[in-house]
Amino acid sequence: MPRGQAFRPVLIGLSVVSLLLFFGCTPDNPQSTFDVAGPVAEKQRTLFYIIFWAAVFVFVVVEGILLYSVIRYRRKDADGIPPQTHGNTPLEIGWTVAPAIVLAVIAVPTIIYIFDISGDTGPDALEVNVTGHQWWWEFEYPELNVVTANELHLPVDRQVKLNLRSDDVIHSFWVPKLGGKQDVVPNNLNVMQLPARKSDIDSFPAVFFGQCAEFCGVAHAKMGIRVIVHDTIENTFDDWVTAYHLPQLPPAGDAAEGATIFASRGCLLCHWVDGPTPPSIREGLAQAFLRDELRFPAPNLNKFATRSTFLAGTMDLNRENLSKWLEDPDDVKPGNRMAELATVYRDPSARLSRDEVEKLASYLLSLE
Amino acid sequence: MVAITGTLSGAFRRPTSYEGVWGWITTVDHKRIGILYGVTALIFFLIAGAEAVMMRIQLAGPDQGVVSPEVYSQLFTMHGLSMIFLAIMPLSAAFFNFMIPLMIGARDVAFPRLNALSYWIFLGGGILLNSGWFLGGSPNAGWFAYSPLTDDIFNPGRGLDFYTVGLLVLGTATMAAGFNFLVTIINMRAPGMTLMRMPVFVWMTLITSFLIILAFPIITVALLELMFDRTFGTTFFVPLTGGDPVLWQHLFWVFGHPEVYILILPAMGIVSEILPTFSRKPLFGYPVVVLSGVVIGFMGWGVWSHHMFTVGLGPVANAAFAVSTMAIAIPTGAKIFNWIATLWQGSIHLSAALLFAVGFIAMFIIGGLSGVMHASPPSDAQQQDTYFIVAHLHYVLFGGSIFALFAGAYYWWPKITGRKLSEGLGKLHFWLTFIGFNLTFFPMHFLGMDGMPRRVYTYESGMGWDLWNGVATAGSIIIAVSVLVFIHNVFRTRRKGEIAGNDPWDGRTLEWSISSPPPHYNFEQIPVVHSRDAYWEEKHPNENAGHGEPVPVAGGANGHEGEHGSEVAPAGTVAENAGGGHGAIHMPGLSYYPIMVALGLIIVGYGTIFHDTFTWAVAAVGAAISIVGVYAWSFEPASEEPESGGH
Repeated sequence: MPRGQAFRPVLIGLSVVSLLLFFGCTPDNPQSTFDVAGPVAEKQRTLFYIIFWAAVFVFVVVEGILLYSVIRYRRKDADGIPPQTHGNTPLEIGWTVAPAIVLAVIAVPTIIYIFDISGDTGPDALEVNVTGHQWWWEFEYPELNVVTANELHLPVDRQVKLNLRSDDVIHSFWVPKLGGKQDVVPNNLNVMQLPARKSDIDSFPAVFFGQCAEFCGVAHAKMGIRVIVHDTIENTFDDWVTAYHLPQLPPAGDAAEGATIFASRGCLLCHWVDGPTPPSIREGLAQAFLRDELRFPAPNLNKFATRSTFLAGTMDLNRENLSKWLEDPDDVKPGNRMAELATVYRDPSARLSRDEVEKLASYLLSLE
Repeated sequence: MVAITGTLSGAFRRPTSYEGVWGWITTVDHKRIGILYGVTALIFFLIAGAEAVMMRIQLAGPDQGVVSPEVYSQLFTMHGLSMIFLAIMPLSAAFFNFMIPLMIGARDVAFPRLNALSYWIFLGGGILLNSGWFLGGSPNAGWFAYSPLTDDIFNPGRGLDFYTVGLLVLGTATMAAGFNFLVTIINMRAPGMTLMRMPVFVWMTLITSFLIILAFPIITVALLELMFDRTFGTTFFVPLTGGDPVLWQHLFWVFGHPEVYILILPAMGIVSEILPTFSRKPLFGYPVVVLSGVVIGFMGWGVWSHHMFTVGLGPVANAAFAVSTMAIAIPTGAKIFNWIATLWQGSIHLSAALLFAVGFIAMFIIGGLSGVMHASPPSDAQQQDTYFIVAHLHYVLFGGSIFALFAGAYYWWPKITGRKLSEGLGKLHFWLTFIGFNLTFFPMHFLGMDGMPRRVYTYESGMGWDLWNGVATAGSIIIAVSVLVFIHNVFRTRRKGEIAGNDPWDGRTLEWSISSPPPHYNFEQIPVVHSRDAYWEEKHPNENAGHGEPVPVAGGANGHEGEHGSEVAPAGTVAENAGGGHGAIHMPGLSYYPIMVALGLIIVGYGTIFHDTFTWAVAAVGAAISIVGVYAWSFEPASEEPESGGH
């Protein structure tokens, strides 16, 4: 086959493949790594682009030559013996050195960004202690006396320092639009930056999706994260903190009966409703499970009704969903610790009645 | 002592019949063991593939409930374990077994009974690992089994016990095979086959054997510690008592990364045989291809922490492992360029074997390039534990290893069975596999970059993952169909396959110089090797005048050198034993003891998995069976003397 005819299908095929690369990913997707909202995610994307375009170049050249030679040198003469070449030293040196140069070009910004991203967050950073639990996230703001769950509120344009810990298994904290993941490893404190940048964000409060990225057991797929980034002008992060500390109004009607059920049916053994969970309680719950007691760290529920999701970001918070969850938690989120450990779900004779479920829901939805 | 062994010999009369089932059970013939490895591994490959299809069906759309979350965890764990330990490694081992002695001009491996033992332990270990499905749950913490998810408190079932014991058992089989092929290749090459005349597949097997005997002790230590944690209450990896989960990760990946090369180097060796044969050219840059394999084997030990870039080892460690990981792309690239240069200006026969070999190169390039993308830790922070990694690893292990193993199957099938697999069905198989593979795994790159984590049993609609998951599932069905085409081809070939003859492809290496299938003793007379591509040079003495310089040969066959004035001596002209017809060839005798020792070991394994008083007693019985087997084995001569009948 003449040279030109062999090259044409090769080039067409490779062009189609390259086009596919452009249409494959959609920045609109909630966890797309391309629609960055902060400097950390941006640097990670920049490195990806550098390597990606180098890879596209290598891909087209090498696959092109491969396909060309297979098509061009198909056997025509059944008995012919082609020239018996054994090697070529300049070629060998060339295709050893050339990739080395390409890799060096990639290695330099890689190393610069490694140290950049893991660098010191400075004294002004907002510090948040993040604890991964099976299968939800706990967020403690030590300077603000705030403990909350699953929805991480952050100010925009301020450095954020996350201290990542786990009392059970390994998890991995990942909110793609703000930054790549960092594992959450028992007995190992990991620190990560997670700043959000105003110029990257269209409207506030901005909600970013994330989820646990390290397999952590049966409900790993249901361990989501929501990050809510507040504007600096109105509905600010400070407003959210202030609202967190407002005293809880006493519940009335169904909600008051729900509060009684909440106290008498064992919910309080693990859940803290009023203000931040004290550190001793949180520590005690983690230890209790490891000692085979029927208790496990559970989400803090202070101002629960102000959240937009529950169950680690996997369900919208409304009465219908909440009732479904309280009725049969294992059906909604298979494997969860509440269904496994709480008496009202372990013991068929202690089951919550339909009425009790509704009153509990009323109570929880009054926590605002 | 003599009395005891005499009694044992009396109880177990040495088997002599090569016929029937017992002929296979007691065999020590490397070719039969190779076939056993191949058939068994193919069955495990089908099981692991079925597990993959079940996962793809579960993920075909959002919020599906085809399998439960717990079963899904077991499926992805068993799919990974089975493909690695029960399919790809033993399929490579099938080719090691059948082809290595033939390619180096030997009559068997160095330790034939040990070889049989390897197979029987592999079979038993594979059954043991898979029996978890019926005996209380399969492993469910991923093939990497990160501590502390594997601790009793977080994982109270039996699954992880099947994991530790199953892999420990399989590891003994692998270690034995590694030593066996190492010794075989070093010691049993035909006269004149210097190291730099060995076929590249033999070279890659040698490097793989080194990697095996160095890597498996590491995972053995880790598995024993985990097994002790779960069985005897030690606390190697228990965080509550100060154990460090990161220790497990280091031990696992110091094994796990060389393991990746254990899976890919044999594939590279197969491709390095097929490309020259079907291009009618010698391998371009043989020394570079060999050296690249050696360098990869070395550097493979210095890159393990790239599996741990997000663990928090710190910027210095991440930078160091990023550079070492990028550097390993250089020898890998050199191999690819030399393969392409082998095709360049060749006379290329587009057989099914060559299509799979070229497919290997094309897909491996993609896997290599995406590998560089997560060799950079900041970029990897967005890719680690996502479907991007799933795409990458399947491009190297499926597009790489599996493609090459299929290429090897089409290439060597005529030598192994005497009949050629249908080329038409083979090409259909290739194109279905190629299309199905890319439909399944290429979209996973998009899924990963769009934020879909691995090992999730479900996902919500609205994440933008629905379309590509659907496409991937459709692709996996096409792969399943392609495998059925291959199976059909295999059965069809048994009855109707074209008789191959000794040398259907105009082969280059020694295995093509003997009949198909080879006789029990392989070579009537041990050949003397004068060059690389020994058989090709013999068939085409004029193309390369002066290439095959005779060298002093190993094995004391020097004396025969003078008999052959010509530069290129035909393979098979030099007798190892002058005047020896094959009646005088002493082949290793059949033996009951390998399967007996293996059986005892498997019983010990089951006893350990369930670890209560009764099963410890069972384990003791198993240990006794193994010990008796080893004892009797050690008094059994390697081969039965025709007249004296033993000792």
